[in-house]
Amino acid sequence: METFLHQVIAGLATGGIYASVALALVMIYQATHHVNFAQGEIAMFSTYIAWSLIQAGMPYWVAFFLTIVIAFVLGVLVERIIVRPVEQAPVLSVVVVFIGLLVIFNSLAGWIYTYTIKTFPSPFPEKPPFGTHLVSSHEIGAVGVTLVVLALLYSFFRFTPLGLAMRAAAQNPESSRLVGIRVGWMLALGWGLASAIGAIAGMMVAPIVFLDPNMMSGILLYAFAAALVGGIDNPGGAVLGGFIVGVLENVLGAYVIGNDLKLSVALVLIIGVLVIRPSGLFGRVHVTRV
Amino acid sequence: MAALLQVAGLHAAYGLTRVLHGIDFALEEGSITALLGANGAGKTTTLRALCSMVKVEGEVHFDGARIDGRATEDIVRLGIAHVPDGRGTFTHLTTEENLRLGAYVRRDKSSIAQDFERIYGYFPRLKERRHQQAGTLSGGEQQMLAVSRALMLRPKLLLLDEPSFGLAPLIVREIFAIMREINKTEKVSILLVEQNAAMALDLADHAYLIETGRVVLSGTSEDIKKDEAVRRSYLGY
Ligand SMILES: Nc1ncnc2c1ncn2[C@@H]1O[C@H](COP(=O)(O)OP(=O)(O)O)[C@@H](O)[C@H]1O
Ligand SMILES: [Mg+2]
Repeated sequence: METFLHQVIAGLATGGIYASVALALVMIYQATHHVNFAQGEIAMFSTYIAWSLIQAGMPYWVAFFLTIVIAFVLGVLVERIIVRPVEQAPVLSVVVVFIGLLVIFNSLAGWIYTYTIKTFPSPFPEKPPFGTHLVSSHEIGAVGVTLVVLALLYSFFRFTPLGLAMRAAAQNPESSRLVGIRVGWMLALGWGLASAIGAIAGMMVAPIVFLDPNMMSGILLYAFAAALVGGIDNPGGAVLGGFIVGVLENVLGAYVIGNDLKLSVALVLIIGVLVIRPSGLFGRVHVTRV
Repeated sequence: MAALLQVAGLHAAYGLTRVLHGIDFALEEGSITALLGANGAGKTTTLRALCSMVKVEGEVHFDGARIDGRATEDIVRLGIAHVPDGRGTFTHLTTEENLRLGAYVRRDKSSIAQDFERIYGYFPRLKERRHQQAGTLSGGEQQMLAVSRALMLRPKLLLLDEPSFGLAPLIVREIFAIMREINKTEKVSILLVEQNAAMALDLADHAYLIETGRVVLSGTSEDIKKDEAVRRSYLGY
């Protein structure tokens, strides 16, 4: 029972990471209706930037927030310079651009920082919380950070004029222009936000998996599964999906299929959701009358 | 006095299909002007051209400034609100959010609250439905919402594309009565596109008849109503 509980809690902890990457995927999807396969690599690259800042002697939290800002700007620039020109292109071309981005960021990180793995510090205490060894303080902290990001994001979209404009632009670009929304900038802003969230996820995952240019590849797959489980257009669902995927992965890995096949859990989930319930468990079913 | 909106030699095309072949018309400040014509004549395209939603040639002057070639988002900021063909509702957002978007470019945030009340005064049903997803509203309510969203801009000029389309006559009359009131009391000029010529001519002061991308007739509504050809082809008596 103790070990089962341990698997569940450890699953929740990794689920928190999947949740934040899934959140970033959903953000881009909501703003652009594209699934950005390069999301994980942008997150990884941002984490290297944080690492450099910390190496340069910057206190952790200063580096943390500065990295978020840099990642935001990076996301905006990527949208303006690379994605914008293919905005009207067929889906397949866009996918190719995303895969190109993925390779570019991966190679760039390898070239600048080499492929040797690096340790990345955690801002949370080393001592396990509440005297239990079920989870580390870092895992609890990472889940907390994910939930804070979700709350901030929810408030932004729900209660601010800019958040409303971003939702409108994603839904109906033509009507949005007619009320004066600069739709192109809303897309760029969506990319910036998603990159910022990705950077947070990267900085939270790096202390667990260590920092190397491929650290996000498996995570992106799980996050994609999480986003689909939660409903690709539902930020809250994506977060819940992240936790579900994390727990399933751990419990199934420990008791049913073994650790080697864990990644297939993600694939099975992805295919399962796409086949059985494409809108996800919590995806909204829209009612429209014409 | 110069017209509020002055259109000269307006051409537009969708790809290689030329749709407008040099449209000229003017709209006096404070007036309601109608563009009439059969389905496919180019009325919607004319409105879209005014807001740079299609590529155009020709000149459009609004309120003393040349606006053709400017971005749609900037034209809105000059005070032109467009209720597009098909209403352009943000169906997944609530009624209230739709209205809030209508005021997106306004800086006088304090008076926006009053404008909500003003709009709900005209259309009490929108107030009842303010937290409802706009896509679930009836056709008539969505048309009211589309007009209201445009009014939230506090525009100088309102472009209305077939507000009567697909609606019961009773609702059309309600909406037209409110348009007249808004024009009188709030001094909003209106450019009305309609296939329903009879209703449009009752509301408008001036009208232009468009056939295959050209203006073929213009005058006061009274004169147009008396025109033999119009009577036979568009009014049906
Ligand atoms: N998006 C489009 N692509 C190609 N042709 C179009 C498009 N929209 C309209 N047209 C054509 O342009 C002409 C004028 O259309 P429109 O302006 O919508 O007419 P109206 O509003 O007077 O009914 C029609 O022949 C129509 O088929
Ligand atoms: Mg039309």
